Amino acid sequence: MHARSPFEQSHDIAQLLARYAHCIDDDRLEEWPDFFTDACDYRVVTRDNVDRGLPLAAIACHSRGMLQDRVVSLRHANVYEKHRYRHLVSNVLIDSAGETLRVRSSFAVYRTRTNGASDVFLVGMYDDEIVAAEGGWKFRRRTVICDTSRVDTLLVTPL
Amino acid sequence: MDMKTNPPMLNWPDRADGFAVPYAVFSDPALHAREQARIFGGETWSFVGLEAEVPAPGDFKATAIGAHPVILVRDREGQLRVLENRCAHRGALVCREPRGRVTRLSCVYHQWNYDLTGRLLGVPFRQGANGKGGMPAAFDPACHGLRALRVTALHGLVFATFSDTVEPLADYLGSMVVDSIARICNRELRLLGDQQQYMHGNWKLYAENTRDPYHASLLHLFHNTFGLYRSTQTGACVMDGAHRHTMLYTKANTSNADTDREVYRDVRSYDSSFKLADPSLLAGRAEFTDGITLVILSVFPNLVLQQIANTLAVRQIVTHGPEAFELVWTHFGYADDDAEMQRIRLVQSNLIGPAGLISMEDGEAVEIVQRAVRESQAHASYIAMGGGHAEDADHLVTEGAIIGFWEHYRAVMAL
Repeated sequence: MHARSPFEQSHDIAQLLARYAHCIDDDRLEEWPDFFTDACDYRVVTRDNVDRGLPLAAIACHSRGMLQDRVVSLRHANVYEKHRYRHLVSNVLIDSAGETLRVRSSFAVYRTRTNGASDVFLVGMYDDEIVAAEGGWKFRRRTVICDTSRVDTLLVTPL
Repeated sequence: MDMKTNPPMLNWPDRADGFAVPYAVFSDPALHAREQARIFGGETWSFVGLEAEVPAPGDFKATAIGAHPVILVRDREGQLRVLENRCAHRGALVCREPRGRVTRLSCVYHQWNYDLTGRLLGVPFRQGANGKGGMPAAFDPACHGLRALRVTALHGLVFATFSDTVEPLADYLGSMVVDSIARICNRELRLLGDQQQYMHGNWKLYAENTRDPYHASLLHLFHNTFGLYRSTQTGACVMDGAHRHTMLYTKANTSNADTDREVYRDVRSYDSSFKLADPSLLAGRAEFTDGITLVILSVFPNLVLQQIANTLAVRQIVTHGPEAFELVWTHFGYADDDAEMQRIRLVQSNLIGPAGLISMEDGEAVEIVQRAVRESQAHASYIAMGGGHAEDADHLVTEGAIIGFWEHYRAVMAL
């Protein structure tokens, strides 16, 4: 990747965040781990635990392999009601620190269940570290900080 | 409360070939009100929190016993108190935040102030203003405190009861539960975090679920697939004398791959060749010398204490009407865990909670029953695995503890 201007960079990041959201919303979960570097840190935490200084994550993956394992488990082992997500991502804020981009954005995820009803499932923010890697920008760290701490029924599909 | 009223109309079928639970128990509002009085407000001890959640004087946590709002607070002397979270004046919530640290408890509505033992300290305008108004001369603050519940802590777990007559906690729990709590909570605990899981179903469906070793390897296929739990493992499902509480436990690595293939011949997607791309998910340490790798301890009415591999957690049931409840998970380790041990627990917490690779299905199981039985008040379930009686089992293909739960429930509810 040639050196990117700040405008190109912010276009790239907007596209990355959108591609990630569409990947999940289109249920192409097998492609989801490819958004991450091999060694990575993907965690879904709540604002409540973060504010209390507590480290617990609902999902905590420290390698692309663990992301793949979660997808394989969801496809082959876990039992849950079919559902679909719709991510809305906005307020993208990019700060660069050397080679790493620190990117924060807000999200809302709507969940549509088999009865056809949609609800706001979770809202919160993504706190990301994004690096230029082979094949484009990748998440080295993606921390999903949920304002919503009460999960309705279960959290299956990654955010 | 309706302790003295007649029980709601309920046809509880008797059957010789097993046990039946009428589906009305999962949605009837009259039964729900009766449970709030006779179970959560009655002759039981309920879990309200961990001592580690309120380590210092003034620390409080707002929680609930069934649907009754209460405050767990550590008073100035360091003693644990559980108070009704309802102002003695006109009923407002006194603690409106889920947790915090205070020097006294103050209702925002009219600023009635209480100390941390629930004693009423002061009432604004008690003497009126400009010679007018004020409380009657006979008003005695000592008679208007926050109701204090009986409280007992056991190995860092705090229980409370509205009852003045229920037996002491240790007798209520019985030696099986006390020993099991002592085994897991054997030294100072360290909080790792909370999770809240809202389930659209009756709380007793979860009480059944956690007393049910039969479903564990059939519904939770992740469990099964990785050999964390198979019905062929060494394990048991045992109750206390009153059949209130149940302990389910297993030892991993005690089943045989060839026999398992035969036993699980008809089970969907049983596949012992499934391998993790990153097996560090399941890397752990042997912590207990007894070889037990899974404990689900269900304590009547509102607590589950669990050890699954190196994950330790309490799950508190909070009711939200007859057709919903919330499960509050508090994950913990030990204060003396080294960094690696803490890392292991946090990685393994992928297995449990509302997003847990093992446990997520329980939300689904509760809801698919609720949706199907809601309008089936005249029908009943059929429970017979293991023989159809409330009996302990030294194996995992039993529903005996579920029957024990229901027999105890009927006795407490006078149904």
